[in-house]
Formats: sequence, structure tokens, C-alpha cells
Amino acid sequence: MKTVAVIDYGMGNLHSVAKALEHVAIDTRVVVSSDPQLILAADRVVLPGVGAIRDCMAELQRLGMPEVVQEVSRNKPLLAVCVGMQALLEHSAENGGVDCMGLLPGRLDFFGDAFIRTPPSDHLKVPHMGWNQVHQADPTHPLWHEIKQDSAFYFVHSYFLPDGLATGVCAATTEYGQRFCSAVSRGNVFATQFHPEKSAEAGLRLYRNFLMWDGN
Amino acid sequence: MPLSKRIIPCLDVDAGRVVKGVQFVGIRDAGDPVEIARRYNQAGADELVFLDITASHQERETMVHVVEQVASEVFIPLTVGGGIREKADIRRMLNAGADKVGINTAAVFRPEFVKEAADAFGSQCIVVAMDAKQVSPGRWEIFTHGGRKATGIDAIEWACKMVSYGAGELLLTSMDRDGTKDGFDLALVRTVSDAVAVPVIASGGVGNLQHLVDGVVEGRADAVLAASIFHFGEYTVAQAKQYMAQHNIEVRL
Repeated sequence: MKTVAVIDYGMGNLHSVAKALEHVAIDTRVVVSSDPQLILAADRVVLPGVGAIRDCMAELQRLGMPEVVQEVSRNKPLLAVCVGMQALLEHSAENGGVDCMGLLPGRLDFFGDAFIRTPPSDHLKVPHMGWNQVHQADPTHPLWHEIKQDSAFYFVHSYFLPDGLATGVCAATTEYGQRFCSAVSRGNVFATQFHPEKSAEAGLRLYRNFLMWDGN
Repeated sequence: MPLSKRIIPCLDVDAGRVVKGVQFVGIRDAGDPVEIARRYNQAGADELVFLDITASHQERETMVHVVEQVASEVFIPLTVGGGIREKADIRRMLNAGADKVGINTAAVFRPEFVKEAADAFGSQCIVVAMDAKQVSPGRWEIFTHGGRKATGIDAIEWACKMVSYGAGELLLTSMDRDGTKDGFDLALVRTVSDAVAVPVIASGGVGNLQHLVDGVVEGRADAVLAASIFHFGEYTVAQAKQYMAQHNIEVRL
């Protein structure tokens, strides 16, 4: 029996993530935990997240998670979701500017800055909330297995990773006013800005793919 | 392709059972929230709203179990409204698997509650549900108690205030149109949608598929909510999406 650890740092949607993983898990036990030892002992790890980045980073740091995540990223499959993905990057403009873990290159900007000045007829709502198309950079990546190119996934976020800044790590792009990076990957680390646990069949497929992924 | 416009069926739940008669062909138990949620998911619903209309306090706990069961089976966003009065109510629903909560009366009684809720849980999960009624041309007021009690609060000012307090989305119901099947109050929807930066869900009055199109095109709603046209099998969510797509509205097919 394999195990997948969902990192619990008190930030909300981990129950949804755990339920979706349980729904697709075969011969895999889902462990929700903030215990570094349990997390490091798991075969693969998921870093979920919703809410504001400053609170998320503060809780992750209080629990010693940046070191744990760093260690996980060296040798086992790691999947980060939404604010979890943002936490892996270098910096976010949210909350007046917050330094993140810096495991992957990239700095997050606010959607509102670019759009707020447009007339109401074309202004884009913030947060970017709802279903939008995800264009896979490399459809042969194991996490996209049997997920149709340009499938819709569910998003809720106000800060985004501009396309181009994440040179070399952008695994998918999405259009919202401009093109941004909706997934990043490097080696055994994969992260999505969208919520697979809320994206019906396509999202469940991505979780199933993650549970079968050896990180290569 | 831009962001899709969302179609959101709304289900009234009383003591753990879906009421107001959902009628699906071949459904085993028309009152079972899990079965109905599964059907709507299969039909392509983009989100679901569960409105807890349970009157008795003792049976409120039942809603938590409903949310738990639905969230274990159906993997699309789930909003729960009705009886959300304090932070503990929100925490309970989010832990049960809800993605967002709808706050209505509690916000009118104490607007700071919305601020506290957004600070504690994040704006992304705070939907302010507002019931508005026209009081004179171009002016709407917020009503409570199912449209019976006037509050004297201007609906547009209220929408802006709730967004500034941290609401991540507005669920806007026209009490004039609710249950009429005459279509949305498009002037209301458009005025609110243009006034705020967050997504607006239009609600109240849908009687046919053209009403959904009107809500998006003329009302500039980001999402449309409907109950009876889907529950009674007049239209499926899939038909609604096809109709919207034919009218050049971006939908998830």
C-alpha cells in the first residue's frame, strides 16, 4: 500500500483535495497531516492551499514546512495546488509583497492592476473565478495523460504567474485578459493554479495521473 | 477562449432532503441531495448551490452531513447558503467540503461579519447573497425575510460595500422576479455587475433558455442561477449550454 500525504496547515480546501484523492486512489492511502515525519515517509505529497499568501506562508513557516517541502521536492513526486503552487514560487505581490519558498522561479502579479482601468463593458472580474481552458505545453507529460488538450479546469485566484517569467517551468497556459502560466513543472514537482479537486472528470484524471506518476 | 459563463442549479434543502420536487427521468430518490448533485454534474452543471431552508435549529446539523456526502461524490464547486450567521458556521461548512458559503441576512444585521469572514477564510469563499426589490425606476432596495421586510438599504451601495468588505462574489436575486418565470431583472443585474469588480451571479425569474442568454449578454452576469427550469425537467443543463453556445456565449461543453 502506497501513501500520499496532503499537507495540513489549516488553510481550508485540504478536505476537498483529500476527498478527490480518495475518490481516485487505488492501493494508495491518503494521509492528511502536518507531521514532518509522516509527510517525509509518504510516497508522494500534495501541497494544497486557498486564501491569502501571507497567512499561508506564515503557517507553513510556523510548522517548518518549507524545509519539508524542499526535502520532498528532491526525491519524490510533489503536487501543489492554487496557493500551494504560489507558495513554491519566489514572490507574490499579494498583501503588499510576500517572499515565498523559491523552489521554482516566478513572481506573481495582481490581475486587477491591468484591468481596473478598462470600461465596464470589457472589464474582467477579479478574482478570475470559474472554468477556463488549460493549454498543455507538453501534452506528453504524464500528468496530462488522457486529458484532452485545452480542457476546462476550475480557477479561483486574483494573483497570477505571467507567461514568460516562468521560462522553462511553464507546463500550461490560460488566457484571462492576457496569457498566464496555469501550471508549472520541473522534474518531480508539478503545480497547478487551478483546482483539480473541483474540475470534475478532468481534475480527477489529473489526480489519478499524479498517483501513478513516479516523478519522471 | 475567455473564461466560461457558469450555469448554476440551485437546490433547496430541508432537513437533509431536496424539496420543491426535482424531477429527473429514472431518478431513484428525488429527495436525495447526493443523487441529484451527481445528475447535475453529469449534465454539465458548473457549480451547485445548496440553500438550507431548514427552519428548526436542531436539524441544522443535517446540512453538514449533506455537504459531506455530496463533496465526497461530486467534484465541482459547491456553495452552501442559509443559516450562515457566525464564523463557526462557515468553518463547519468548509470543513464538510463546501467551497463557498452564502451570507445573506447576517450581513444585513451586521455588515462587519462579512469583513471578519473574509479575513478569516479568504474572499474566495465568501459569497454575499443579496435580495433586491425595485422601489422606483432605477432604484432597488435590499429586502430580508423572503422579500417581506424592507431595510431601506440601496442595493447598488450595498453591493459596493459588501465587495469592499471582502465579498468574493455576489449572488443577486430579484425579489420582484423570483418565481415569476418572466426572466431576470436585467437592469438590476447590469447595474450591479458594472458597479463591482467581483463576479455576479444573476438569480430570480428564469423561465426559459433565452432568459439565461439575456442575463449574460444584457445583464453582463458572470454566472446564471436557476432552479425550477432544471428541476422540473423542462430543460437540461446541457441544453442550456448548447443554447448559450449558439448565441456566442462561452460555456464549458
